[in-house]
Parts: sequence; structure tokens; C-alpha cells
Amino acid sequence: MDISELANDMTDQIYKTGTPITEGIDAYLESNQDKSLLRFITCGSVNDGKSTLIGRLLYDSNIVFQDQLTQLEADSKKFGTQGQNIDFALLVDGLSAERDQGITIDVAYRFFATQKRKFIVADSPGHEQYTRNMVSGASTAQLAVIVIDARKGILEQSRRHSYLCHLLGIRNIVLAVNKMDLVGYDQDVFEAIVADYTKFATIVGISEHTAIPISGLRGDNIVGCSDSMVWYSGLSLLAHLETFELDHHLEVSQDFRMPVQWVNCPSSEFCGFSGRVASGTIEPGDEVRILPSGKISKVDRIVTFDGELNTASAGQSVTLTLKEEVDCSRGQIITAAAAPLEVADQFEITLIWMDDRALIPGRSYHLKIGTQTVSASVAEPKYKLNINTLGHMATKTLELNEIGVTNLTTDKSIPFAPYAENCTLGGFILIDKMTNATVGAGLINFALRRAQNIHWQQIDITRDHRAQLKKQQPIVLWMTGLSGSGKSTIANAVESKLTQVNRHTFLLDGDNVRHGLNKDLGFTEADRIENIRRVGEVAKLMTDAGLIVITAFISPFRSEREMVRNMMVDGEFIEVFIDAPLSAVEKRDVKGLYAKARAGQLANFTGIDSPYEAPENPEIRIDTTQTTIDEAAQVIFETILKFGN
Amino acid sequence: MTQMASSKNNLLNLESDAIEIMREVVSEAKNPVMLYSAGKDSAVMLHLAKKAFFPSSPPFPLMHVDTTWKFKEIYKLRDKTAQGVGMDLIIHQNSEAMEKGINPFEHGALYTEMWKIEGLKQALDKYGFDLTLDGARRDEEISRSKERIFSFRSAQHLWDSKAQRPELWSLYNAHIAAGESIRVFPLANWTEMDIWQYIYLERIEIVPLYFAAPRPTVERDGVLLMVDDERFPLAQGEIPMMRSIRFRTLGCYPLTGALDSEATTLPEVIQEMCLTTTSERQGRAIERKQCASMEFKKQHGYF
Repeated sequence: MDISELANDMTDQIYKTGTPITEGIDAYLESNQDKSLLRFITCGSVNDGKSTLIGRLLYDSNIVFQDQLTQLEADSKKFGTQGQNIDFALLVDGLSAERDQGITIDVAYRFFATQKRKFIVADSPGHEQYTRNMVSGASTAQLAVIVIDARKGILEQSRRHSYLCHLLGIRNIVLAVNKMDLVGYDQDVFEAIVADYTKFATIVGISEHTAIPISGLRGDNIVGCSDSMVWYSGLSLLAHLETFELDHHLEVSQDFRMPVQWVNCPSSEFCGFSGRVASGTIEPGDEVRILPSGKISKVDRIVTFDGELNTASAGQSVTLTLKEEVDCSRGQIITAAAAPLEVADQFEITLIWMDDRALIPGRSYHLKIGTQTVSASVAEPKYKLNINTLGHMATKTLELNEIGVTNLTTDKSIPFAPYAENCTLGGFILIDKMTNATVGAGLINFALRRAQNIHWQQIDITRDHRAQLKKQQPIVLWMTGLSGSGKSTIANAVESKLTQVNRHTFLLDGDNVRHGLNKDLGFTEADRIENIRRVGEVAKLMTDAGLIVITAFISPFRSEREMVRNMMVDGEFIEVFIDAPLSAVEKRDVKGLYAKARAGQLANFTGIDSPYEAPENPEIRIDTTQTTIDEAAQVIFETILKFGN
Repeated sequence: MTQMASSKNNLLNLESDAIEIMREVVSEAKNPVMLYSAGKDSAVMLHLAKKAFFPSSPPFPLMHVDTTWKFKEIYKLRDKTAQGVGMDLIIHQNSEAMEKGINPFEHGALYTEMWKIEGLKQALDKYGFDLTLDGARRDEEISRSKERIFSFRSAQHLWDSKAQRPELWSLYNAHIAAGESIRVFPLANWTEMDIWQYIYLERIEIVPLYFAAPRPTVERDGVLLMVDDERFPLAQGEIPMMRSIRFRTLGCYPLTGALDSEATTLPEVIQEMCLTTTSERQGRAIERKQCASMEFKKQHGYF
């Protein structure tokens, strides 16, 4: 059908767009209100026809407006990939970059409604490169339509997307075998693909799926049943979407949990806790427990703008007031007192990596779960998934779009539920502390036993006792700078001066530590982070012992120096930037390392092929072009004395 | 995956979504603001903000980026609302555009660029707002259908549509460096029909221009324009005709197309909505002709 023909056809159809309201506005609104909402996603490989399928679905459901149609006709001529025909994909691919390249980059959310149901469809990109956008769309979907090109069968992306949909908890999978017109509407082709998919689905754990043979371009089995495939006796795609049963009472039937989002205290008269109920139901008088503190109270009132409620359940945004005043703030979770959540700080997780820069095990990331943000670090992955075989592969990191299983440690205990039980309480994102990018999406599988079983041993002699005995204020003097900048020499001179005035010190030197404690570590980014983490922990123990600790490590990354700073008691971490220009240290090249690195004999050398992130606000900065070793040591020495020494 | 999204009462769910988003903004922002134009989406936004923070007042100011070419009734409702709501109202006008007398009749795309896009950027910079609440919806326009709920903008207010932050579940990343900002869209998942129904069910006050009444109009290039004040330059022999019209969307009056309509009540408006054959943005046709696409505007700092 060419454009002019289609346009005529459309003028007939367009007036069927809406249905006149005959039963009176209130009755109409009520029936409209009671329509259920289905959020679904279309996914699959590039060029399998996802956007065309949605365009067709929108068009055949008569929700494309006249002016949009005029635009579509113009666009089809300009950008279309269907010759003289309407290119339905252009109804969905909205960005000019997408039109120029004829691909989908990001998820588009489209809205339509039929007599039976309202729909929000997320049309997701097929390219592996944009998997993180597909994952964004899948995280809020209840059903996934996996689109397959009948000529190509199940591809790696079909598998990846099926796996991710299942992982994120989508239990309703539709296998839409598209472009049936291009294989002569052959039943054998369809059935072979279904058999192939079923095999894969069984390994993934997808217990059932609905397979429908379609043609998005021709409209076969999209809205109505196709005359070209009489051998297919099932429902059309739209009929299936309209009629399958939604299990939307799952969260309501669980125990009550509400993460506190905002503390609402306009005056001393009123103090409420605002949040969205994540699961269960609550009534005034119900006993609740605040986690992680474990404090108990009773719900007094459920306050809303529209008046007080007798009950509130999963999905509702409300404000609770409590009978007994208890400490409660953003990030804590109000739970049913009799059925509190588990609280832990070490977990086994499944992690989807979404950043161009690979995961760095050991590095500290922001972790946001529910309404709470904490610091977390990820261990080296136990394995990553081979998406074709679902086999486990050994790895030291996760690259963009890779999925792995690993352990994660948070800097404080958090209440949680496994993701499989509740996505709000078990799903989290990781945020890079430097770039602020969302780099990972994680699902908590379970808490590691260790987290609950290792308790802090109470010790009678405290760090203050030990420091008093030594008559000094413990600190960590953290020297950072390029190799050859003079860190060790200056550190040595500082320690000598301190010893002369009877201060108890210890010098941790980069080279020396690598001969013992850290001899198992190399110079990759991950190993360098682990190197610094261990040194940080050792330095912390030494400050607990009352010592003045001096460290001399290149420590090139800001986030690791920040991590060590966070380990220490406030004010006890003094960052000393030994600032020497690369040209100067390279010229001196005391150890001959720069020459080796330039010659390519030394990989990951800071300043050459590995970055050095200079401190932004060091407590002390030594400009080595202006200062001698002695002068530098004297400046540092005097600063230490000012810190209560 | 939010199973609750499918629970029965659709509007209540959308309301809870929007409230959750607004509370998240207030909790994560250092200096939040809500854009307010006194249009229907703004009216819904303000109503939701009152609900989200009740019994407190919404803890942010309202800001109107004014072009001086809005409908008179818009200004009237804006000022009345601001007085009643107990929130600060910041009004920003681009003084450079004012001095140069940039207007929609003579300056076409430059008008939108200076008054709307530059005006908005100036205002955000002037007050240093980090998180900005706005009533844009994904169903309005094709590039908006690609928006996140929390949409990151560079220090120059630019939108990089090819590198948006992933956004899963309802976990919003509000981490930014100095100068960068985030636009937040609590109505992202609402449709035009949802907005009308919500206004009806919640009895939200909206500008009378949304209801049909006899108004002075001229027709140009098939678009019905309302002659709202004496600044409207009439062509020789052009005489404004009284016609019963209403608006589906309200922008600057010289750029906003009206509909012939007899719908004087919300039920009648909703009834007409069910039968309409054109999209909401049809009313902004002139704007679309005069200047670049919404995607272009968004990339350069618009909503």
C-alpha cells in the first residue's frame, strides 16, 4: 500500500479513534479508571522489527492522530526504509540521530489504550551497545515481547534480552516471531524457532511463554487474526496483551514495609514519616519496627492531603505518624514489628555493569537502595555469564553490559529483602563517586552469613587510652605523588624530625609493603586499589595503637585516597601532595622506571600510560620545584605539631 | 518491576508515582525549584506538590519563565495562585530580549530561542537551582518519549540524548558536579487524557481559556489565533471575528492555535477529547514551523 492509498484508508479509520461517551461522564470516567494498566517492553535484536511492530500496534489501534500521520507520511519519504510505503518505525524512533542511522538508541515510552486496557510500551534498542537502556525499560515492565526475525531465528541479543527480562523479574514472556511474510508464512519455520527458544528458556528458568507468528509490516496477527496463517489458532498479539491475567496483588499480600523518604516536620506539633509503601498493608494502631535501629512504635495516623486513611497498602504514597516518638530518618525502613527485615552489610549479588569503564573490584561506589545511599565495594566477580550458553566464565572484572555474580560489602548495615521477594527492597544501583554516572544495577540474592556472625569484639583499653599513654594525637600523614617525586625521601626526613622530639611513629613505604603484605598484588587498576585499601586498613590499626603513621604511596586515584580518608576518624587523615611535574621526575628518573615505561617495558605506569589524579584540596601541598627536601620536611613537621602534637 | 503499577485505580497510581518523585527531589536536591506556567500541567503539578508535602508547604519556590506574550488570563491565574499558596513565586524575563523588543510576530525562531530557551537558562543560572521540577510528559512529543524521569543536563544545560544515564525501577540518581543540573518530570507517564480526568476528579482550578467561549479570533494558514491584546498586528482589512473557541494547550498567545468548540465544562471537554483526530501539539503548530524540532530545543537547554 503506498502513502496516498494509506492516507485514504486512514481518513476512514481515524474517526474510529475515540468512542463517544454515551453512558454519562462519571460512568465513563469510572470505567476508564478501572481499566488495568499494563506496562510492557519490546526487545530483541537489531532489525528484528521492534519499532515497526509498535508503530503498527499504535496505528492499528487507531491512536495515531491526523497531524502525526501527516508528519509520518512526510518522514517516511525523507527517512523511511520502506521505499514508498509508510515506515511505521518512524512513529517510535524519535531522535534525529536514530533516524539518521535507522536504529533505536534509547527506550521510547509510548501510550495507548483499548476498550479493555491501558498500555505503556517501552520500545527498547536492539544493539548490544545500548543494553543499559533496554534494562532501564525492562525494570518497570510486567511483560516482555521478545521479537524474533523469522529468517534469522534466535540470536545472541534475543537470548541476552530474554535472560535480562527474566533476571529483572518479568514473568510474562511473549515470543513474537516477526517477518513471517518473508518466510512464506511457513508453519515449520515458526515451530522450529519456538522449539529452539523453548530449549533456551528452560535453561534460563522461564517456565512458560506465549509464541505468536506475526508480521509487523503487513499487520498479520497484530490486532486481528491473520488470513495468511490459518494454521495458527492462538490469539493475536493485541488480544493477548488485553486479556492475559495480571498478578498485581503480589506485594499487597506481603508483610508491611515502607522506606522513609522524607521526614515531614513543619512544626513541633506534627512529625510524620513520608514514603511509598513497598509491600503489605498498614492501619492505625499497628505495631511497627524501625530498621536498622530496631526501635518499636505504633502507627498513630495515616495522614494525606485528602484526609486521614483507615488503611494504606503497597503502592500508595502516604505520611505516617507514630504514637511513641522514635528516631527515624530518610533511608530507614518502617516494617511490621512482628516480621522485620533482615539487616546485613555483606551480600551475594547479581550485577549488570552499565559503564564504558569496567568495574573496579575494591573501589568504593555510592550504592542507592530504596531511599538510602551508602558506600559499597564489590569483590572480584565469582563469575560472569556467557549469554549464549549461560555458562559461568572466570573473570577479574565486568565490562560494559556484562552480567556477573559477586559479593558486595556496604560501609554500614542496611535492611533489605532478596530481589526475588521484593524489587524495591532488593534492587540497587551503583554510582561512580567521581563521574556521578550510574555504572551498575544490582540485585541482592542473599546476605552472606559472615555479615551477621562477625561482631565487633569489645576491648577495654580504647584508642584514646593508648594515645594518652603516648602523649600524642594519632594521625595518618598520607603522601601522594608521582613515582620519583620525593615521597619516600621526605617521609624519611619527617619521621626523623618526629623521633627527635619523642613522637612514636611508623613509616609505611610503597616499595617495602609490596615485598611483604602486598606481594601478591600487581599494578593493574584493581590491584592498585587493593594495595591502597590494605595499607589504609593497616594505617587505621596503627592509629588505633596511638601511632603517627606516615605513608609514601603513589596512590594515583582520588577515590581510593577518599576511601582511606573515610576509614579514619575525622581530622586524623592529612593528605600531603608532593607536587612534582612529570617532566622533572622523568628527567631525574632515579630508578630508571620512566625510561622503561616509555620503552613499553613497564605497563600501567603512573603518568605514562596510567593516570594520576592530583588531590583537589590536600591539607598540605609541597611544590618540589620551589622547595628543598629539608624545607618540605620542616613544613610538614610544623603542621603535625599544630594538630595537637 | 513494579507490580503495583497495574493495580486498579490508574490515576491514584500516577498520583503516588508523582508524589514519590517530588519527595525524592526534595530529599536529594540542595536547591530545588518547580517551574510554573499556570497551564493545565502546571496546575496538576502544583496540586500534587501540595499533596506530597502535606501538612507542610511544598519546600521549594515556583518559577515562571515569562515571555510577556502569554495570555492575559494566564497572568491573572498565576498571580492569584501565587498569593494563595504560600510559596515564593519567582518571575524571570530575559532582559536582553526585552530591550531588543524581540517578539513572536517579527522574530520567529529567535523569539523562542531568546525568551524561552535563553530565559530559562538565565533563570536557572541566576538562582543556582540544581533539581528543576517540570510538568513535561512523554506522550506530548516524540523526543520527550525518550526522556528519563531524572534527566541530566551539563553545566551548559545541554541534553545528550545519546548518553542518558540508565534509570532502573524508581531509583533516581541525583548526583551531579557543580554547575550541572537535573530536570525532573513527575508527569512523565501521564497522558493528556489522564491530566484532564485528574483535573476533573480533583476539581483543580484551571484557566478559563480551556473552556469554550466566544473570543476574538483571526485565522491564518488554517490556524485559529486569538487576538488577546492590542499588540496583535492585524493585516489590512483583517477583522477579528467572535468565534466559540477553546484551547487544548496554552503557550504564547500569538503562537497558540485554538479549536472551534462548544465544550464549556470539563465533561464536555473530555467528551471532545475522546473524538479528537489531532494531537495536543497541533495547537503549537506555528511554533513547530518557525523553529527547530523539540529535540533540537531540548538539546540546547529547553524542556
